[in-house]
Amino acid sequence: MLRLDGVSKVYKVGTFGGKELRAVRDVTFDVKDGEVVSLIGESGSGKTTIGKMILRLLSVASGTISIDGVDISTFKGEALKEFYRKVQGVFQDPFSSFNPIFKADKMFQVLREEFYPDMEGRDWDKKVDDSLKCVGLNPDHVLHKFPHQLSGGQLQRFLISRACLLEINLLVADEIISMLDASTRIDVLNLLADLKSGGLSILFITHDLSLAYYISERAIILQRGRVVEMGSSEKVFQNPLHPYTRMLMASVPRLDKRWEGVEQQLGHGAQPSEMAGGPAGGDTPGGEPELVEAEPDHFVAIAG
Amino acid sequence: MSLQVENLRVYYQTLRGDVKALDGATFTIEDREIMGLAGESGCGKTTLGHSLIRLTAPLRYVEGRVILDGAELPIADMARMDEFRMKRISIIPQYAMNALNPTRKIGTMTQELIRSRRMEAETSPEELRRRLDLVRLPHDVLNMYPIELSGGMKQRMVMVLSTLLNPSLLIADEITSALDVATQKAVAEMLVEFRDRGIVKSMIVITHDVSILYQVADSILVMYAGQLAEKASTETIIRSPRHPYTKMLVSSLPTVGVRYAEHKLAGIPGTTPLLLDPPQGCRFRDRCPVAFRKCVEVPPFLELAKGHWVACWKEFGSHA
Amino acid sequence: MKTAKGSEFLFFALRNPKLRVGLTVVLFFLGLSLIGPLLTHNAPFDYVNPAGADPPSSEYWFGTTTFGQDVFAQFVEGLRATFLVGLIGGGLGTLIGVIVGFTAGYRGGLVDEALNMLTNIVLVIPTLAVLLIITAYLEVRGVLIESIFIGLTAWPWTARAIRAQTFSLRSREFVDLARLSGMKSSKIVFTEIAPNMMSYLLLAFILQFGGATLIAATLDFIGLGPTTGISLGLMMNNAVLWGALYLGMWWWFVPPGLAITTIVGALYVTNVGLDEVFNPKLREM
Repeated sequence: MLRLDGVSKVYKVGTFGGKELRAVRDVTFDVKDGEVVSLIGESGSGKTTIGKMILRLLSVASGTISIDGVDISTFKGEALKEFYRKVQGVFQDPFSSFNPIFKADKMFQVLREEFYPDMEGRDWDKKVDDSLKCVGLNPDHVLHKFPHQLSGGQLQRFLISRACLLEINLLVADEIISMLDASTRIDVLNLLADLKSGGLSILFITHDLSLAYYISERAIILQRGRVVEMGSSEKVFQNPLHPYTRMLMASVPRLDKRWEGVEQQLGHGAQPSEMAGGPAGGDTPGGEPELVEAEPDHFVAIAG
Repeated sequence: MSLQVENLRVYYQTLRGDVKALDGATFTIEDREIMGLAGESGCGKTTLGHSLIRLTAPLRYVEGRVILDGAELPIADMARMDEFRMKRISIIPQYAMNALNPTRKIGTMTQELIRSRRMEAETSPEELRRRLDLVRLPHDVLNMYPIELSGGMKQRMVMVLSTLLNPSLLIADEITSALDVATQKAVAEMLVEFRDRGIVKSMIVITHDVSILYQVADSILVMYAGQLAEKASTETIIRSPRHPYTKMLVSSLPTVGVRYAEHKLAGIPGTTPLLLDPPQGCRFRDRCPVAFRKCVEVPPFLELAKGHWVACWKEFGSHA
Repeated sequence: MKTAKGSEFLFFALRNPKLRVGLTVVLFFLGLSLIGPLLTHNAPFDYVNPAGADPPSSEYWFGTTTFGQDVFAQFVEGLRATFLVGLIGGGLGTLIGVIVGFTAGYRGGLVDEALNMLTNIVLVIPTLAVLLIITAYLEVRGVLIESIFIGLTAWPWTARAIRAQTFSLRSREFVDLARLSGMKSSKIVFTEIAPNMMSYLLLAFILQFGGATLIAATLDFIGLGPTTGISLGLMMNNAVLWGALYLGMWWWFVPPGLAITTIVGALYVTNVGLDEVFNPKLREM
């Protein structure tokens, strides 16, 4: 239902935009109906940029993003609103997602004005109640309260309830649980999984491999704006082929086994991925890598 | 080295009264022990870490003793603690790597630090270079400005600075949170190396990420809402915890290898209590599946088995 | 609009000592400027005392000048002018600063760069030199011209502050969410961003008001002020010109000088107090 084709994003930085920073390079992938796909990358990988481009919060430099076959960059006005009836997003910081001077449920008011202006009061109240219950919130506990009176977990669920209210098809979830406590994280994660079984597609953006493995069917590994490995979660995690993916899998702290010895990963100085102001923007020598199908539903980028 | 903390109580002063952030902590750390201090936000782990070395407003000392290597630490007296800071006990504070003065070269800042603590005798340039080698930082990092260093490099620099005087006990407060996965591993392993080489004797590693502790800590102390819940070896905490909170916490952690479709994890319903006016007795009882009437009294932190302490009335029944 | 912080602000506002003291002083002088002229039947420039300069007495509360003019009459009239300059000059400065700062902060990119350049240029313009040129061309100047001039040159600092605040608000996720809710940009600006900046706008205005008053007094004092009318700065200018310092006619220059200092000082104290009210982290335990 969602498809990215050769999408790139270039930022102009420096005085008067002299230099170029390629945040996203030639990314192609798709998300099918009712599927949870994880977009995995560390800071600087471009994952948030991709999320924002899908949500039309940032423009695409080249390539196309399409929903059900239609290029989303063509949407304006009413068409854009229709788009937002199908696609919504939830972000990392629940407290930053709410305007601190208004009550949390003002959000519903806005949605009503923009999307359901003609709905009757009682019908609307029921709709709000239903969408709160859909995310496991008790309307009596969370309505008419200010954001600082609710917990991070409640606020994130509040935001997810927008998805239930608008009956969307695709949710872009950008690091939505990284700022929550461990004991609430799993509940929000389970909620996403429940919504998925109701038919919702989810693009789960994260840096945390354990979360990605828990919830997604397919995984996409991003490094510096490029897709380096992609495929079913089983295959990508159990049999990582790209050196970057291998490095990630070896470094992630697990609860079932210990890291293999003290590896001499750091040479004298720093790893290439660590160098400040490293080649984030430069082109790789030797041509652009291509995604090659190593086995069914498992693609790896090989330097071309 | 040995650390004994006895009934430490430290509250947080606010306009609306005292927040009982740390309410009665009693535990010990042995020589060469790396103890992880785990818990969720508001559990008091940062309060505990800071109380041991820098107890200043808005923290308020209420009662309790801390004995390091046989000597009582004057934690309530900021001036007298100066004798111990950096020499016997040191801390790598949270966000330290972001607190490096951007207008100072690393080397200049290091020299200023050494001079201000009158440590010239102990820290010759060769020693400094040896430490840099240990954390695998190039010597010319001393000529760079903080902005030229990556997150991992800054964190390692801060580790060097905090341990220049070989403190007995090092407190590391969330030093891996803002780093990417590979750097996290390198920094965590470096902590262990510091202990293995004898630069520091023991450590308290404060973090909310239990899986990192599984990789590097010898023991884990779990806290909840200002109270101690359980302390045991890492293996015990992860594989066979006894405290209901620890059990529920560990089983709510996703790890690579666990999938929703095969094994749905469960969280802990409810929310942590506000500590301005905390509930009587065990603060976990409102969310605890096995709470009973005795839980309105604060359970003592008792040794259930060798090296395994738990604060739970339910657990004592079978061992009382 | 009902806000959480509204009542919380009022609570702290009424209890903040700096705010109370500062505001009281300013309001006192404001009141004086309004009713003062009604308390005396002398116009500022009337030659009422044939004996010339006289110290304060029951007849002339602030004494008289070298020319036998009633200092009190001049004082209260001057207060009015001072407040007028503060209001118009400060108001204009705030308005320009807010428009420039907000546009630069919200739009970013080239617009931001261009406006920044404009801000920096106006900031470094030697206002004194420009004013000297203007005075050479405008023989007759009123308080209004002076206010406008001050307003046109004092806005850069406000623009900078508003720009920074707008940047920070704009990148907050609730703005993104507002866009995802289908809100138009203009609606987002007015309903989501502007209310958050209310406190900033108030603080900026108070600072501009105080600043304008001070600049006007300075300009008047060195002779670059209006050619018609009277203001506190002009009073001091006259006093010095006519040797009040040597002749010990303290009643001519002390009241205006003291009044300016007190008013501007009170405004800044009010500002600090307001800052504490709006920013909970600054409140003392």
